[in-house]
Amino acid sequence: MSMSVVAPTAANDKAPSQIAWLARRFIRNKAALFGLVIVGLFVVLAVFAPLVAPFDPIKTNWGMIRKAPSALHWFGTDELGRDVLSRVIYGARASLMAGVVSVLIAFTIGVPIGIVSGYVGGVFDTVVMRVIDAFLAIPFLIMAIALAAFLGPSLTNAMIAIGISSAPIFARLARGQTLVIKVEEYIEAAYSLGVRPLTILTKYIFVNAFPPLLVQSTLAIATAIIAEAALAFLGLGQQPPDASWGSMLNAGRSSLSLAPWMSIYPGIAIFLTVLGFNLLGDGLHDALDPKD
Amino acid sequence: MLDVTSRKDEATARLAPVLSVENLTTSFRTDGGWKSVVRDMSFDIAPRETVAIVGESGSGKSVTSLSIMRLLQKGASRIEGKIRLGDKDLLSLSDEEMRGVRGKDIAMIFQEPMTSLNPIFPIGNQIAEALTVHQSLTRSQARAEVTRLLEKVRIPNAASRFDEYPHQFSGGMRQRVMIAMALASRPKLLIADEPTTALDVTIQGQILDLIKTLQDEEGMAVLFITHDMGVVAEVSDRTLVMFRGDTVEMGTTDDIFHRGKHPYTRALLAAVPRLGSMKGRALPQRFPIIDINTGEAMPLMDVTDTVAKTKTPILDVKDLTTRFDLNAGFFRRKTGSVHAVEKVSFSLFEGETLSLVGESGCGKSTTGRSVTRLVRPTSGHVTVDGYDVMTLDASTLRTMRRSIQMVFQDPFASLNPRMSVGSAVTEPFIEHNLGTRRQAREKAADLMEKVGLSPDMMRRFPHEFSGGQRQRVAIARALMLDPKVIVADEAVSALDVSIKAQVCNLLLDLQQNLNLAYLFISHDMAVVERVSHRVAVMYLGEIVEIGPRAAVFDNPQHPYTRKLMAAVPVPDPARRSLKRNMSTDEIKSPFRPAGYVPPLREYREVSEGHLVQLG
Repeated sequence: MSMSVVAPTAANDKAPSQIAWLARRFIRNKAALFGLVIVGLFVVLAVFAPLVAPFDPIKTNWGMIRKAPSALHWFGTDELGRDVLSRVIYGARASLMAGVVSVLIAFTIGVPIGIVSGYVGGVFDTVVMRVIDAFLAIPFLIMAIALAAFLGPSLTNAMIAIGISSAPIFARLARGQTLVIKVEEYIEAAYSLGVRPLTILTKYIFVNAFPPLLVQSTLAIATAIIAEAALAFLGLGQQPPDASWGSMLNAGRSSLSLAPWMSIYPGIAIFLTVLGFNLLGDGLHDALDPKD
Repeated sequence: MLDVTSRKDEATARLAPVLSVENLTTSFRTDGGWKSVVRDMSFDIAPRETVAIVGESGSGKSVTSLSIMRLLQKGASRIEGKIRLGDKDLLSLSDEEMRGVRGKDIAMIFQEPMTSLNPIFPIGNQIAEALTVHQSLTRSQARAEVTRLLEKVRIPNAASRFDEYPHQFSGGMRQRVMIAMALASRPKLLIADEPTTALDVTIQGQILDLIKTLQDEEGMAVLFITHDMGVVAEVSDRTLVMFRGDTVEMGTTDDIFHRGKHPYTRALLAAVPRLGSMKGRALPQRFPIIDINTGEAMPLMDVTDTVAKTKTPILDVKDLTTRFDLNAGFFRRKTGSVHAVEKVSFSLFEGETLSLVGESGCGKSTTGRSVTRLVRPTSGHVTVDGYDVMTLDASTLRTMRRSIQMVFQDPFASLNPRMSVGSAVTEPFIEHNLGTRRQAREKAADLMEKVGLSPDMMRRFPHEFSGGQRQRVAIARALMLDPKVIVADEAVSALDVSIKAQVCNLLLDLQQNLNLAYLFISHDMAVVERVSHRVAVMYLGEIVEIGPRAAVFDNPQHPYTRKLMAAVPVPDPARRSLKRNMSTDEIKSPFRPAGYVPPLREYREVSEGHLVQLG
């Protein structure tokens, strides 16, 4: 029972950076690594699309309309005779962008509003949350369509519209987390130490609220990819003839029984991307938790 | 008295045991196989006998009781050995048969009476359910039986409380309800797992008395699991000491306390603060520390007088009042307020420890939080190191916090789980712009050593530390700003006995070296007696008695002070058969309706500096 000082295990190695430490923990999680590989693969495809794609994605070929997958066209062709494989590869650009950028927008708008609102509390919180409730009352897609129509048809505007429309969910979640965290004793301890409010908001509340927000983000990426598809269908997203997976799904919908490959391959691409982001998010969630 | 108990011991030894545990080994599944948590444990409990299992956290005492009840998760745990209840082999019973044993032959009560009751059913129905599981009764029979049980556990107006819900009962009353439920089927064995740990000391005294009385009336055996040596001495005939899964020593309670052989037993007993052990001493005293490997006591250094009485007090509190308004109804009208702190006055000098003692709801924590302005006081004057705490603006308030720091009860909850210990300790220094990051790290490393930790540990996260180490980290962090006053709010209450002794010693050492003043908030009279220069006893938001520690403990004047001291369990087995005959009164609530005017209080001076409230 004498006071013995436990010899630290990593006494001699140089202070590892936070990133290296995170990476080591992340790599141990096989599912998360798989997610990272999927997402990475799609990113590589999107970046190097011109080198990877076997055909020009917008070149029509009237002699090759709705042809089934073959040795020449691995994923078949669409209603204008375009190569589906090439369009899936090029479509990754629009879809990944739409997914990631719109969620970043939503996160950047929603999370600060939620955290500040929950932290300040009182009348301010009540007013902010009623406004958020009003936004949440409007169906997500309707709001995205309205905003996109207002901003004008383009992929950028679609991303902004989707981002703003998903922001209220992030605000709600961030506020809920803040309410739970702000009554923790370590917050009170921080006050008693004279820690500045901005530090409490960032290093205490945000850091502890981050894991559930991260999981919400990966789910929101999936929703955003599909929302972009809906906007593209209405002519508000990716503009034809450029491809996005959503617009391809919509184009294939009318000939689902005649040419299922037109829908199946972009569908699989969306499915894999969403799965990849989910696994990635889960892995990051665990890696960020120091108690493990 | 001793004669009677030893004859009782002989008589019970001849009877066949109620419960017989042989070579019990319980293991849990971990990544790399099975890890044993309880190893090769054997003991018997005779009818009417009380056996206590005592140990610190992680010793396996609770796992033992869960193994007996077979309440551990299947597949993740493995129980080996023999557990016999009468002639039944509990480990060979089917799940169905085991359900018949639980609650009927063996009943159990737990630490948290709050969470053991279902909040949405009246307590009468919950006890009735426990009755009808094992026997068939009509509604009116059940009601009559429940009322009888509630009377048996001495709940006042038992019949009228049948239809009340758990939230309408206080903690002590809820534990009585739990005991009534446990008694419903007249069990042969009652397992009490830390049944009084969450209760206030006067309520704990009542519950211990009740268990002893009921044991006499019902003739059941009791297996009592606790970490508190004082409680052990009061209730148990025989005692089993556990340490990290092993049975260290087993014997009659008297033998364990007076002739304990194992070094760990002696270390544990040495670390237990004994109320009354400080008679005739004016200064605080360090706890003796005994090495658990050799059993030898380390030299006990005396402390020197650090109190600077001649200077102006570093913390001065006059007529401090903190109330929390309660509002109800559609217009949120004020219906009354909780008078958490009511006209409290005291002063604290450099190098002095003033303890605030009292039970839950007495306002001691709110007082601590008011002087640090974590809550805004309603009225009064507070001066800390020259700052007028009541009128500070936000930025001066931050500067003031350099002078007064807090250490909280739960060191895990008070550290940000996602911040490394190094960042946590350096943070206040950096936040107050007291120097560069390098200077902060150097200072933190120095303080880590001062509190008995290695500076290399700064890269780790709070969850990688034990409870005692975490509290040391919290203390190091509080010292980072070179405060003059530390408010220690139940800072050692959640720690194991031996760790508690070490942390108390650390606080005393820091006072010696840094001339710190402590406002030591605690419910534990025995620890308070050991560490303080002066003591203030609080009751319902007011100080009822204040004075030099020796004066208050040797010559308590206020009835509440006396009651509080009488309720503290004393680690002396000779007091085993004593009953306190305490009334079943409750701790009152400091809630007052709107428009209430608190009475004017007057104090009588007993001796120099020893004041007692009149009234």
